[in-house]
Amino acid sequence: MATMTETMGTRKKSNFSKTILPYMYLLPAFIVMGVITFYPLAYQLVVSFTDFQTKDLRMGLASPVLNYIGFKNYIDIFTGGLPVQNFEFMRVLIYNFWWAITNVMVHVPAGVLIAVLLNSEGLWLKKIYRAVFILPVVVPPLVVATIWRNIFDDQYGAMNQLLTVINQFFGSTAVVHLHWMTDYAAPIPWLLPGGPLPPAYYAMMIANFWLGWPFMTVVATGALQSIPRDLYEAADIDGASGVQQFWNITVPLLRPAMIPAAVYGFTLSFNLFAFVFFMSGGGPARSTEILVTFAYDLVRNLRLYGAAAAFSVIIFVVGTIVFLITNRITRATESYSEAK
Amino acid sequence: MSAESSTPKKNFLVRILTMNTSNQKSGRSLPLWRQLLLQLLTLAIGFEVMFPILYIITLSLSSKTERPSQLQLIPQEISFIGYQQVLTRPTANPVSFLELLRNSFMLSIGVGLVALLIAVTAAYAFSRFQFKARQILMVLVFIPLLMPAVGLSTPLYLLMNSIHVNDCGNGVTAISPFFDCAANANSSLIFNLRDSLLGVGIAMISGALPFAVWNLKGYLDTIPHELEEAAAIDGADSNQVFFLIVLPLAIPQLAVTFFLGFIGHWQEFALPWLFLTKPENYTLSMTLYNMTGQYASSIPWNRFAAMAVIVALPVAIIYIALQKYITGGLTTGAVKG
Repeated sequence: MATMTETMGTRKKSNFSKTILPYMYLLPAFIVMGVITFYPLAYQLVVSFTDFQTKDLRMGLASPVLNYIGFKNYIDIFTGGLPVQNFEFMRVLIYNFWWAITNVMVHVPAGVLIAVLLNSEGLWLKKIYRAVFILPVVVPPLVVATIWRNIFDDQYGAMNQLLTVINQFFGSTAVVHLHWMTDYAAPIPWLLPGGPLPPAYYAMMIANFWLGWPFMTVVATGALQSIPRDLYEAADIDGASGVQQFWNITVPLLRPAMIPAAVYGFTLSFNLFAFVFFMSGGGPARSTEILVTFAYDLVRNLRLYGAAAAFSVIIFVVGTIVFLITNRITRATESYSEAK
Repeated sequence: MSAESSTPKKNFLVRILTMNTSNQKSGRSLPLWRQLLLQLLTLAIGFEVMFPILYIITLSLSSKTERPSQLQLIPQEISFIGYQQVLTRPTANPVSFLELLRNSFMLSIGVGLVALLIAVTAAYAFSRFQFKARQILMVLVFIPLLMPAVGLSTPLYLLMNSIHVNDCGNGVTAISPFFDCAANANSSLIFNLRDSLLGVGIAMISGALPFAVWNLKGYLDTIPHELEEAAAIDGADSNQVFFLIVLPLAIPQLAVTFFLGFIGHWQEFALPWLFLTKPENYTLSMTLYNMTGQYASSIPWNRFAAMAVIVALPVAIIYIALQKYITGGLTTGAVKG
């Protein structure tokens, strides 16, 4: 009897510690996040309903001159009532999605193709190529953006100089003077109706392409090496061509690795603050502005703290929707056992 | 048989071009013409990769302060004057290069380590335990990934700004907001958390932590359960399993997570730029930002290029040192089937 209750007791205790244990492991992270993430988020939510200005910075929400103005900040953002030129919320939002999606659509196929190319058996200098092709991952995007901004300089940039050199091959002596970062006219007007894509967009796509595909190549190379070689040998015997093998073996087997990588690339591009900020600063005329660079501009230069807070809340809502959709795709929050 | 008999009839060029260039005895052959075609492609990609790198290195090794009027990808001269100028006097402010370097390292290493330390147990809990609030808590941790620290800069600024140390005179110090000097005391500010590297670092952890949890959880998911189950049968409790089995297995990914964080924090400039006012706290990224900002036209390009190379260098060196772990860690994290 005594032993009976004793075992009952330990089982109860171990059950209790089992339910509490995961929370103990989570505790440090949630204490820290509570102070520096969730509290600021809640604060931001409150501030978004006020006309918070520079003079309120000292006292914060206790400031006596702070007024609660309801949803005015949100209405201003959606209807263009902010004292900011060239800002339409929907255009920036659509551009932001367009920017992230087009980047991923270019990076993933390029990364996979280059990984397949590097994976060809017997390719000379393979090790050197592998080392060189990873270099863009090594250079911090901050530096990348500043270098590319200078490359696209209309007066002295390397891109115009390169185009001039290429022109000379075709017998033309004209010096190329494209105003990459300052022209506003859209080279391909039909590409994104309602939101003109200036040359700066293409310049940024080129620069971010340089930055983006090597990561996809790294991921794809790892996945390629896990594809059993006898699959290709069997396909060879069956007489399948290289292209057929690519579509029927390589692509399906790469998919599980590339989809999470693509989602990761999407979220990276969606909030690519340092790169966009350095490369174009959102210009010309805010046509390459993404949500985060605009939020920073609201705080740093325009000092519209209330509107910036409302804007952050909107980014948060957009981010949550994006997260929930991408989470369905990648199942990132499933535990190991569920994923099986 | 038929293939053997037909080869001697082919002319010399065809034989050379179809010669197998693959060194492997087994596996598929790679004829020379395909090898050359692939080499052409890889060289073109190599040029694409090297173009900006060669451009910036050439610029940095130039002694000319004016902007280049012709494309140069191979240095015509090797002059370290740009580097020398940046090293002796990086900014117009009274701050030495070594101080900038030290601040950058302290900030990025500190943020990376602290975030890693806090994240690893949370990642373990999310990867291995089934509990009620799991899904909700996980969403709570991951959503800030899509909310860059810039979006929280104002409340973080106010939060850090509210913590400062005052000297109230008579040897009394007060840490606000917990204690304040007497109302009539003649107090002077000694330390403001907001205007310090510590404060910026704490604010930056807000962005670093969710990323570290996300990255580590993805990897822990790929570690097979069998080891842990075996250890549990041998009588190890959950904590022992975590510290003695999971943690050692996760070391490569810990290094990768730390390094990926390090790149991010190394180039962080938005928060430091908002928070810090004293030149002695400035970082290298802030200096580079300063060189490309509104005063960019007055800065010689060789000096800017030298600074860009210097900012990129530590990241590149650490990357090369940890390369084996990083490429492995990046892929295993992503290749979760």
